[in-house]
Amino acid sequence: MPDYATLRLIWWLILGALLIGFALMDGFDLGVGASFRFVGRTDEERRALLEAIEPVWDGNQVWFILGGGAVFAAWPLLYAASFSGLYLAMFLLLIALILRPVGFFYRNKIEAARWRSLWDWALTLGGAVPALLFGVAFGNLFLGLPFHFDELRRPVYTGGFFGLLHPFALLAGLVSLAMLVMHGSVYAALKVGEPMARRAAAVGGWAAAVFVAAFVVAGIWVTNGIGGHRIDGVTDTLGPSNPLLKHVTVVAGAWLDNFRSHELLWLAPGIAVLAAALTWALLRAGRAGLAFLASGATLASTILTAGIALFPFLMPSSSHPDQGLTIWDASSSARTLAIMLIAVLVFLPIVLAYTAWVFRVLRGRITLESIRGHTGPY
Amino acid sequence: MIDLAVVHLSRMQFALTALYHFLFVPLTLGLSMLLVIMEAVYVMTGREIWKRMTQFWGLLFGINFAMGVATGITMEFQFGTNWAYYSHYVGDIFGAPLAIEGLTAFFLESTFVGLFFFGWERLSKVGHLVVTALVALGSSLSALWILIANAWMQHPVGAQFNTDTMRMELTSFSQVLFNPVAQAKFVHTVAAGYVVGSVFVLAISAWYLLHGRNVEIARRSMAVAASFGLACSLSVVVLGDESGYMASENQKMKVAAIEAEWHTEPAPAAFTVFGFPDDAAHTTHAELRVPWLLGLIATRSIDQPVLGIYDLVARARTRIRSGIEAHAALAALRLRPEDAAARALFEEHRNDLGYGLLLLRYVGDPARATPQQIEAAAWSTVPDVAVLFWCFRVMVGIGLALIALFATAFYLAARHRFLRHRWFLRAAFFSLPLPWIAAELGWVVAEYGRQPWAIDGVLPTFLGVSAVPAASVLLSISGFVLFYSALAVVDVYLLARMIRRGPDGLGYWTE
Repeated sequence: MPDYATLRLIWWLILGALLIGFALMDGFDLGVGASFRFVGRTDEERRALLEAIEPVWDGNQVWFILGGGAVFAAWPLLYAASFSGLYLAMFLLLIALILRPVGFFYRNKIEAARWRSLWDWALTLGGAVPALLFGVAFGNLFLGLPFHFDELRRPVYTGGFFGLLHPFALLAGLVSLAMLVMHGSVYAALKVGEPMARRAAAVGGWAAAVFVAAFVVAGIWVTNGIGGHRIDGVTDTLGPSNPLLKHVTVVAGAWLDNFRSHELLWLAPGIAVLAAALTWALLRAGRAGLAFLASGATLASTILTAGIALFPFLMPSSSHPDQGLTIWDASSSARTLAIMLIAVLVFLPIVLAYTAWVFRVLRGRITLESIRGHTGPY
Repeated sequence: MIDLAVVHLSRMQFALTALYHFLFVPLTLGLSMLLVIMEAVYVMTGREIWKRMTQFWGLLFGINFAMGVATGITMEFQFGTNWAYYSHYVGDIFGAPLAIEGLTAFFLESTFVGLFFFGWERLSKVGHLVVTALVALGSSLSALWILIANAWMQHPVGAQFNTDTMRMELTSFSQVLFNPVAQAKFVHTVAAGYVVGSVFVLAISAWYLLHGRNVEIARRSMAVAASFGLACSLSVVVLGDESGYMASENQKMKVAAIEAEWHTEPAPAAFTVFGFPDDAAHTTHAELRVPWLLGLIATRSIDQPVLGIYDLVARARTRIRSGIEAHAALAALRLRPEDAAARALFEEHRNDLGYGLLLLRYVGDPARATPQQIEAAAWSTVPDVAVLFWCFRVMVGIGLALIALFATAFYLAARHRFLRHRWFLRAAFFSLPLPWIAAELGWVVAEYGRQPWAIDGVLPTFLGVSAVPAASVLLSISGFVLFYSALAVVDVYLLARMIRRGPDGLGYWTE
């Protein structure tokens, strides 16, 4: 079995992989959710857009649920500190996510225009609010969150809900919203017939442009304006998980330390920008299939960029920087990490295999003609 | 210090959201299994009516499934939002089954549920049946992992406190996995879910037969529900999870409270069928007792005693005194980890640390606790006897009534006599709410009966809460109540609308 430090590093990579899996999979249905009211103008057009995601959103969402479970099992301190600290933001996120299952299952059950319009709004919020909040949360990680631990080692959060709405965090929210709308639009351009595909491609192009602009501005902001966290001295990567033993200094630009010491890592933000530009170009050229790959590369490299910048921090503290959580001092025991690693290695490939099979069964475009024959099995 | 307002509000929110979630879970468990049975008959006989039955009940399944998924998201994240100290204290053990649940069960159920609805034309008959079976398997597996996690709260095996990290850590995963309480709970809970599904199908079919509508589908549905329901309702009662209750002190306390057994009796103990437990006076008024029965149920023997509440409180008192030592030693270790004397003292009393923590509700430093505070803490290990006593009896009463219902249904189905016995159809229809009441009361007995512990003997509930402002919890609980109530109205409205239209009235899949 790998040693404790390696296990922690592997689990940081798994967390990244789960986040990327979530963005790639649930990202497109959140993106379609956020934009289908505008891409689809008639009830039929909207139904076609929704039918493109209805059979798969639930499986996709498990990437998010599993992400939560994995944080609980592998980083219990992070799970405890972040979810209780972001209490009202989490509540808002939960309400938005709850709107989705009921929206999908209930919308088509009744034909009345007001009923459908109500659920269309619910699904729009259910797509846009989480997409925005994930980015806001990441933005706040760069800023650090005001928390510390009391004598029982209970996480105590000293900020409020509105403290989360720092302009940089809102910019990060825009990055993630634009990114997922882009991804969802590319999926719609690929999966749905005309005229929705054409409109979705246009929305996707705009979203890609907004993403590039917001991502670049955020990068400049991180370089110059935001205090990055840096651990002083040598870190004990093998020690028991205790976040109270280190010293941290906050220096502007320190979030770029990892890029400066390993220049190859600049590829991640580089690819993020290039792939988004490529998505835009491919959408214009009518190559939605290739655009989907490019959009996926954008998502993956954006998440990698954030992860590399923050590494080894999971959740920096702005009020007590020394008590911020890192991958070395907030993990589960080596035994739990090892057992969970085996579970992931055994079961995740099985999940990927049957997910691929399900998508293959569901292949083909949803057109206005194809949905006219039935009222929708949901 | 702990803010008790946050404790009460967080407990209320957890209870409300969990009980609400469990209105939908058992129906998902039961209906998915019934869908598999109906579709299997379709695949084997090739008769179209069984496909339409699967699709009709599948439609109702979907309306319910959406609510199950929606309310389940809250549960996964509520430990972190409202029970942060709990999450930190036991996440090393408790998080693992939750994550594995996502990996092995929730993925399975959620990935294939889309194909259940959208795959009828895209898959072969057998292929679609396999998909339906995987959905059912996924939901039952999901219950397995959640109950492994829950059983660990009732009977925390395979874990030890680590003084370096100040939390519980896993020592044996296989002990957590093969926890005897988990096995008893799984069989009992899943069978209860199957009963809920069966009563749902039985009651709605009875309503159709009473109104002379959809007769062919209703007759067949009733036959399926009657046989499956009879087998499952027998399992629920015979394999009740009381067998797992003897595994630990707190579980013994739960049994003593359920039976209102204030004083230990010589074996085999008598069973109190009826009475009015008085929590203040520590006695039960107007008791009606059956000799021997409790000893048989609880210990499956005639020579082992069932411990009474007074004796269990005395044990708790001893453990609290030992827990005070453990807590003091831990405080010393926190300041000076190399303190050998403190470590030795901690090792001696470590198993009682949780009992020492009980005192934090009454006093900042357990070492300064007065005898009165120790007495209060010892009696705080007794759950609400009257509530447990009655919830348990109503649950068992409903269980027995449902066995009678299914047995009658089975007899009538075998003789094709449903239509001649309208009294039975009415009884079946009005039984609709019963299994839900029993299932919810079962959780009240299991979880309210676990109090004052979040983790039996390890972590008191009040200590597990997050350090969040009471106003935030008040806001979220109000939000959940309003939002969930609105969803409940929509859910019931849609179900009623679809049921009233019936399989014949729905244009969905009729060719």
